Amino acid sequence: VRRIAYHAPTTVEQAVALLATNAPRARILAGGTDLIVQLREDLRDWDVVIDAKRIPELTALTFTDAGDLHLGAAVPFYRIYGNQRIAQAFEALTEAARIIGGIAIQGRASVGGNLCNAGPAGDSLPPLLALGAQCFIAGPRGHREVAAAEFCVAPGRTVLAPDELLVHIRIPARLRGSGSAYLRFIPREEMDIAVVGAAAHLAFSDGVVTSAAIALGAVAPTPLDAQAASAALVGTTGNSESFQLAAEIAREISRPISDMRGTAEHRRHLVGVLVRRALESAAARAHATAV
Amino acid sequence: LTIIQPRVDRAGPVGTSPLRHDGVDKVTGRALYGIDASMPNMLIGKVLRSPHAHARIISIDTRRAQSMRGVHAVVTWKDLPDPGDQMLAANEQGEAPIRFKALNMIARDKVLYHGHAIAAIAAVDGQTAEEAVKRIDVLYEELPAVMDARAAMAVGAAILDPELRTRNGAAGDRLTNVALHMRVLAGDVERGFAEADVVIEREFTTSTIHQGYLEPHAATVYWRPDGHLLVETSTQAQFGVRSELAGLLQIPPSQIHVTPLEIGGGFGGKTTSWLETLAALLSRASGRPVKMVMNRAEVLLASGPAPGAYLRAKIGATNAGKITAMQVYAAVEAGAFPSSPLPRVAHCAAGLYDLNNFLIEGDEVLVNKPKTTAYRAPASPHCSFAVESVVDELCRSIGQDPLAFRLANAPKEGSLRADGSRFERIGMVECLEAAQSSAHWRSTLDRGSRPIRRGRGIAGGFWINGGGLSSVTARLNTDGTVTLLEGSPDIGGTRTSIALQFAETLGMAVADVHPIVADTDSIPTSGMTGGSRTTFATGYIAHRAALALRERVIAGLAKLWAVSHDDVRADSGLFTAGSRAATLKVAAQLLAGSGVDLSVTLSDRVPGVGPAYAVHIADVEVDEETGRTRVIRYTAVQDVGRAVYPPYVESQLQGGAAQGIGWALHEGYWYDSQGRLKNASLLDYRMPTALDLPMIETIVVEVPNPHHPYGVRGVGEVPIVPPLAAIANAIRDAVGVRVTDLPITPARLSAALAARDGTQGGATAQ
Repeated sequence: VRRIAYHAPTTVEQAVALLATNAPRARILAGGTDLIVQLREDLRDWDVVIDAKRIPELTALTFTDAGDLHLGAAVPFYRIYGNQRIAQAFEALTEAARIIGGIAIQGRASVGGNLCNAGPAGDSLPPLLALGAQCFIAGPRGHREVAAAEFCVAPGRTVLAPDELLVHIRIPARLRGSGSAYLRFIPREEMDIAVVGAAAHLAFSDGVVTSAAIALGAVAPTPLDAQAASAALVGTTGNSESFQLAAEIAREISRPISDMRGTAEHRRHLVGVLVRRALESAAARAHATAV
Repeated sequence: LTIIQPRVDRAGPVGTSPLRHDGVDKVTGRALYGIDASMPNMLIGKVLRSPHAHARIISIDTRRAQSMRGVHAVVTWKDLPDPGDQMLAANEQGEAPIRFKALNMIARDKVLYHGHAIAAIAAVDGQTAEEAVKRIDVLYEELPAVMDARAAMAVGAAILDPELRTRNGAAGDRLTNVALHMRVLAGDVERGFAEADVVIEREFTTSTIHQGYLEPHAATVYWRPDGHLLVETSTQAQFGVRSELAGLLQIPPSQIHVTPLEIGGGFGGKTTSWLETLAALLSRASGRPVKMVMNRAEVLLASGPAPGAYLRAKIGATNAGKITAMQVYAAVEAGAFPSSPLPRVAHCAAGLYDLNNFLIEGDEVLVNKPKTTAYRAPASPHCSFAVESVVDELCRSIGQDPLAFRLANAPKEGSLRADGSRFERIGMVECLEAAQSSAHWRSTLDRGSRPIRRGRGIAGGFWINGGGLSSVTARLNTDGTVTLLEGSPDIGGTRTSIALQFAETLGMAVADVHPIVADTDSIPTSGMTGGSRTTFATGYIAHRAALALRERVIAGLAKLWAVSHDDVRADSGLFTAGSRAATLKVAAQLLAGSGVDLSVTLSDRVPGVGPAYAVHIADVEVDEETGRTRVIRYTAVQDVGRAVYPPYVESQLQGGAAQGIGWALHEGYWYDSQGRLKNASLLDYRMPTALDLPMIETIVVEVPNPHHPYGVRGVGEVPIVPPLAAIANAIRDAVGVRVTDLPITPARLSAALAARDGTQGGATAQ
């Protein structure tokens, strides 16, 4: 435990100014479920904490007229899985939000925090990648947008400069005839970090896959956009053979390690199982809503 | 909860479920636990722990820490007296030289495990102490770490203690990590195997396991200027803490005053002292009371887990289903210092069946892990895992029902024990019969369809149970209630289970008994709460104290009523002499101030221990694609002698089963290649949560212990014994593969399934 300065700005500009003044020893606080633990365990030497929860843009959850979802970076997961429209449009995100931590954690932990923590096993990251999310970033030099797939660069590291702030995440409107799913493997029912996570997003038109995205968690230093696997699905009918092929490609391109949570071999094996199951689930959802 | 009772003549308090005496304090938060202790002017102590599994300490420089503002004391090994060759009657794991305990409390020239204490600091607050700990500079020379028993026994293995020689071994005077060799032979094993139609032998490994008590270790100590030591701590053994501190600090036990606070779980892990020594040294150095509390990582790194082990079990049986011989070898990890439950292996393995021929051997091996401590029925889960897995294979091999096979080979009165004695009345047959007629065993299991497969397993467990020294003081108050001081810390509801026995014997309401767990000055020495002994042994002493107190009341009334002692009769709490009569309450009032001594203190060793047996049935569901196992139905059957307080008994059965299921499927210390513990948190040391367990059904069988007035046997330990094999056998039944390494993680099971199918894509062990 250390002595830290606490700020609670009410505008993005103020937050960015505080970051610029105090970088690199300042850190944004949303739910604090990662940050406070890291500070308590002395894993980080930040001594300025900037609470983002009083900035309206960071706590807003809105849909545009076109159906795009804008998720403020500090929106906690309970608001995500409690939202009916998200549940209908972005099933994978809802599924991830529902299994991150227990009730108490879900009341605090935010989607932006999960992204900025950049853990390889963060459960909301594969769904964001598979759903094509874009990250809207503010800094002293203005705004920029980065794809969720590009956001994490290494365990615990993101594209954010020390004086930049993740403001919101935009998920493009749901396509007709599409569906998504997120599956996580853990040995227990609860309390565990993902051993492997797999998100799938499929869109069909006239019985043919028109777009596909597969993203994996906990099998590489960052969430993995399994493009080679998803590419193999486009143009197929989304039958079990094509899903099996995509699962095998995903397994091939995963780069897991062995640690206390699982072995590399088992993780690789699980990628195959989870990708196939996630694709089956996403396809069933796409077909159920196609008509 | 089903209770199968031998008779129905029960009118007294024993066997009822009144409000527990400690209940209101605990649910209102009033009860004081180790972490709640506070003394005026108190400092906070923190520990510097080794980042290495095995290293020589070149130097310790505490100057930077010492000079920090707010730091009041820094201690290292130099502050602890050299204990020489003195011995310590440590705990139920046996006697050991104080030297080992001293070296475990604070490292001297070597660190022997990741987390080994090197120095401790007392400061005005925890933050300052933590910062100061970081400013202690230690130079290490890293040494190779030996992390499991077989590696430690291999030729050329790094040696933890160059002075160690094997006890009872033929090894002679040479360097070794083997502290003790054990060999127990009965009958003629070779002839037994020759008579068998089928002989099956398998090898097994189990991981280092933590008891997982929720309350971390906490101790608050004041070394007064007059040389007396005040200790408030969370412990199963206030007298054990006293004698350990006396040995370690070399001061007389009469100057040490240990108050056991409420205890948030122990399971054997709090049968010995931990932070008390360092807190005492810091208090002496600072002149102020010092409080120390471990965080969760420290609990996992540096308390006393249960040993990992390697086992080999070989059992022969006839085609008719009779066991002809059993041979078991166990290499048990002691941790960094000698003493382990190895001596129990003979009893625990041989006690599972009615055997004429058995050979049980083993080695106790030092490894670079924390020194192990007791955990519920030490060594018995390991033995049951090996033996009951092999028996399951034998039953499959000869085509016998596993329950019928066990009934045909069950130990009973007259069966041979590992020490050469014969069992008295025991209840394994009754447990098996209860299992056989249970709704669970008689139900049909839906075997599932790919990828989900279901299976059922059964396994038995045995535990010797403990007796030993217990003390109580009973005092009849003027209002007719009784204050009952007990020398046994209450970790499983023993205040009430002892009070029930006392109340029944004296013929009074249990609510009128006020049980108090006493400090070391308020009651004669008492053994620890452990070994499933407290309700049995301290209950027995309480029963005798009730009889003695009744005699005092009779004597007092005889004097008051001017009748002879023999004319006063006592029955169900009513005292009569001719036309005179007094209830206990009235007698208490009549005798108030009369000078008649209405208090009794009794302290004695309690013989007549009744061993415990259990049979568990597990249904599991395996996802063959992921290797994940779910427990979907579970029944624990146990002979408890007599259920003194049935809800406690049921909780013990359920808690033990839950911990055993965790041992089977999830739990295990995970070390990296340098011997550093990587899962020292409850996130990654995976104990089962409530969501991971089905409702554990319980069937309580009562086969009274003939040596106890209420038939009590110990209850708390044996329920952790059967789950390991019950789960492994159920998985075998579900998917056709036998996993012999614990925990049966999804990775391990997946690898075994891949081997079964001849496919890739599984995973190798760990």
